[in-house]
Amino acid sequence: MRSIILRSATRYLFPIIMLFSIFLLLRGHDEPGGGFIGGLLAATAFVLYAVAYDVSAARTMLRLDVHVFIGTGLLAASLAGIIGIIAGEPFLASQWGTIYIPGLGDMKLGTPLLFDIGVYLVVIGITLMIIFALAEEE
Amino acid sequence: MTDGVGAAFAPWNSHVAMLTAVLAGFVLAMLAPWVNAAARRATGTVLALGPLGMFIYFASLIGPISQGERIVASFGWATELGVNLSFHLDGLSLIFALLITGIGTLIVFYAGAYLEGHRDRGRFYLWLLAFLASMLGLVLADNVISLFIFWELTSITSYFLIGFDHHREKARKSALQALLVTGTGGLALLAGLILVGVTSGKWEISALLTDPAAMDAMREHALFLPIIVLLLLGAFTKSAQFPFHFWLPNAMEAPTPVSAYLHSSTMVKAGVYLMARFSPVMSGSQEWMAALVIFGGATMVIGAYLAVRQVYLKRILAYSTVSALGVLTFLLGLKAAGGTKDAAQSELALYAAKAFAVFLLAHALYKATLFLVAGTITHETGEKDVRKLGGMWRAMPITMVAAVLAALSMAGFPPFFGFISKEYLFEATLKEPGWGVLLTAAAVLSGVLFVVVSCLVAIKPFFGAKTETPQHPHEAPMPMWFGPAALGVAGLAFGLLPGLVGEPLMSPLVTALMGAPELVNVELISIFNIHFNIALMLGGIVLAVGVVLFLLHNRISRMIEPFDTLNRIGPERWYDAGLAALTWFAAAQTRVLQSGYLRVYLRITIFTAVGLLVFAMLRLENLPLLPDAPEGGWATLLYDDLYKLIAAVLILVGTYGAVHSRSRLAAIASLGIVGYGVALIYLLYGAPDLAITQFLVETLTVILFVFVFYHLPESPRFSGMATRIRDLIAAVTAGAMMTLLVLLAMNVQLRESISGYFIARSVPDGHGRNIVNVILVDFRAMDTLGEITVLAVSAAGVLALLRLRPKLLPISRRRAS
Repeated sequence: MRSIILRSATRYLFPIIMLFSIFLLLRGHDEPGGGFIGGLLAATAFVLYAVAYDVSAARTMLRLDVHVFIGTGLLAASLAGIIGIIAGEPFLASQWGTIYIPGLGDMKLGTPLLFDIGVYLVVIGITLMIIFALAEEE
Repeated sequence: MTDGVGAAFAPWNSHVAMLTAVLAGFVLAMLAPWVNAAARRATGTVLALGPLGMFIYFASLIGPISQGERIVASFGWATELGVNLSFHLDGLSLIFALLITGIGTLIVFYAGAYLEGHRDRGRFYLWLLAFLASMLGLVLADNVISLFIFWELTSITSYFLIGFDHHREKARKSALQALLVTGTGGLALLAGLILVGVTSGKWEISALLTDPAAMDAMREHALFLPIIVLLLLGAFTKSAQFPFHFWLPNAMEAPTPVSAYLHSSTMVKAGVYLMARFSPVMSGSQEWMAALVIFGGATMVIGAYLAVRQVYLKRILAYSTVSALGVLTFLLGLKAAGGTKDAAQSELALYAAKAFAVFLLAHALYKATLFLVAGTITHETGEKDVRKLGGMWRAMPITMVAAVLAALSMAGFPPFFGFISKEYLFEATLKEPGWGVLLTAAAVLSGVLFVVVSCLVAIKPFFGAKTETPQHPHEAPMPMWFGPAALGVAGLAFGLLPGLVGEPLMSPLVTALMGAPELVNVELISIFNIHFNIALMLGGIVLAVGVVLFLLHNRISRMIEPFDTLNRIGPERWYDAGLAALTWFAAAQTRVLQSGYLRVYLRITIFTAVGLLVFAMLRLENLPLLPDAPEGGWATLLYDDLYKLIAAVLILVGTYGAVHSRSRLAAIASLGIVGYGVALIYLLYGAPDLAITQFLVETLTVILFVFVFYHLPESPRFSGMATRIRDLIAAVTAGAMMTLLVLLAMNVQLRESISGYFIARSVPDGHGRNIVNVILVDFRAMDTLGEITVLAVSAAGVLALLRLRPKLLPISRRRAS
């Protein structure tokens, strides 16, 4: 599967898919999307890269080991829960606040977003962990 | 967080002090390996300061407790569920806390010298101190769930301590046996404690015992008998009552300090503690009383008999401990028989409670001493067979004195503390109106055997002709004789001056046992104020007969040796047979269910699911098999839902392709079409989130399949006609069942739908308009957290399977295109 066409296309498709996956992650709370879907999509981007080039190139592209993604994701999701405890409510009770972003106005921010980012990272990590391992099988 | 009740009983700082006293042990346990590495020879001394501090703390509370006060300290845990980390100190908890920390101090001190030079002494102290803290938590716990957690912690730490020499198979096996027996009982206990909470509405024991209405609610509940059975299962397994006694002698595989501490003076008394704790609410129950008297009495006699049949020092002591635990259970039974109905009966109850209180303390003192002495003898001589020991008094004079002091107390010689306990025991059995003679006879029999045991372990090794031993004996180092000597002297001092413990410890203990609202004042008898009565006479007879039997021990042993074959049908055989049956069953069902063939797993899964569904559907009334026709007849589907029909056709075409394709890649691609078709249907029914997920998962699945099938040989058709028909049946059954299920689901509403709630609360509570996402990351975030954790673990599993697989079979590398 060493196709010039696929490689060239991947070079342009990869950043677009990644951007779209982040877009899906961020808008997920109000529109279709979310961490799970975004994570799967980001994983497909890396799988596409691995198919077009090879797995080690895709791993380089990822910069960090897949298990770091899983660990960081689980940590982020748990942290989102612990913030609830710190606020004096049960574990995982959501906490919300607004921050002012110049040019955009007030924006709602809450622990569910942190939780969703955790899900996003875990999904990328496990999908790639399995697919890369299978693809590297001799 | 404190609750109102706790705050009313004690100021805030005593809350914290109590919590610190319990948790400090765990912290100390974690530090123990480092202390061991740093302090070297002084480790035992340094670590003993911890329990010593706790002992001083609890001793300082003797004052208020003996005035009839109770201290309650509560910390919220999961208060909605009635679970709190709460502690409660009364006369019963106090004596246990003092024994645990006091004897604990001496044991920690002793073990430093006993295990001097042992490679794993740090690990030993870790578990020993963790046990100490767990045991302390157990006897102080007020909340029933906290109690259970500490209870289980003692089982687990005991497991690691029995299996300390884990390179020996016997040690591992005994540790597992103790864990399985006490763990099974622990499960029953959990159920029992939950039932206590549910039926009485009280999850704090102190609240239950001070509320007559709650106690009545529990006693009159239909589940009262199950509560008794479950609690007693927990107590009997833990406290080694017949027929669960067999794990205790085997637990002697542990190093001697552990045997002295866990398996004689503390952990095995946890069951006794539990029965004593619930004693006030159970008094008057015939079933409770009968169970305690019968099982306690049987254990008392059988344990004592088996003790004199042993030849190894520690095993003799272990069986005599079983017997002593029987005595304690038996006394609690007599106490319950007393009830509160009339004066004569309440006198019986009071005597039984006094006998229990005195025996509890006396036994802890002399039995810990004798165990430590046994450890010292074996440590110094290298011999554990009591038949080959004799004349050691010259080599080990201080140990000998400690041993003799303890033995005299155990046998019940005046003026030792054991003498007082024996008097109360006989007084109590004689007061029983119905079966008094039989019960007294049982008590006398075990008393005689106790005398033989005490002579066997403490007189035989030290006196008589000196024997040759594997090692040349010397007096043990100071830490190893200090503990036994201190405990032995205490047994004599308390006997001479019973006032030392009578008012400060025994009065609040008896008060707690009786569940009396007012302090019951206990004035113990002593040799200075005793009157001649039947009990005293019985005590004399027991001593005389016991000494004679000891002198004739060899001859009698030979006479009763044939009866030892009875062990072959004893409860330990039942345990072994049960374990073997369990392993056999596990192996058999694994062979059937987990054959290793994917097709077998699939078939089992499909047919099980279908079977369960059919069973569930048969229970439904008037199955609506076909949905009502839409308005305008079925034909409207054709032009109204044309897109859905197209998706359906797509799915069917994909399925046909997947089944009939001769190329693997084509089959995979066809499966992908099926998946996309399903995603399309989601989209048409207005579930975009589901559709996107389905599209992505389907894509990744196809890629996964390609990677896997890449390694498989060509020629996708392996199966013969018969196999294909069998698979067809499985497939059609599953498909038909799913169809039926979907049709049913459209018409049957088993429960009220929860979607309405989510739709209504999504924006105000979850700050999001995408309900699916709000449910995933907010309303049901705990589920999601669990799911991603499971995913992470399974990914690690897949990785391990792929990477750690033994490379035995070369996988064919032909392309499957």
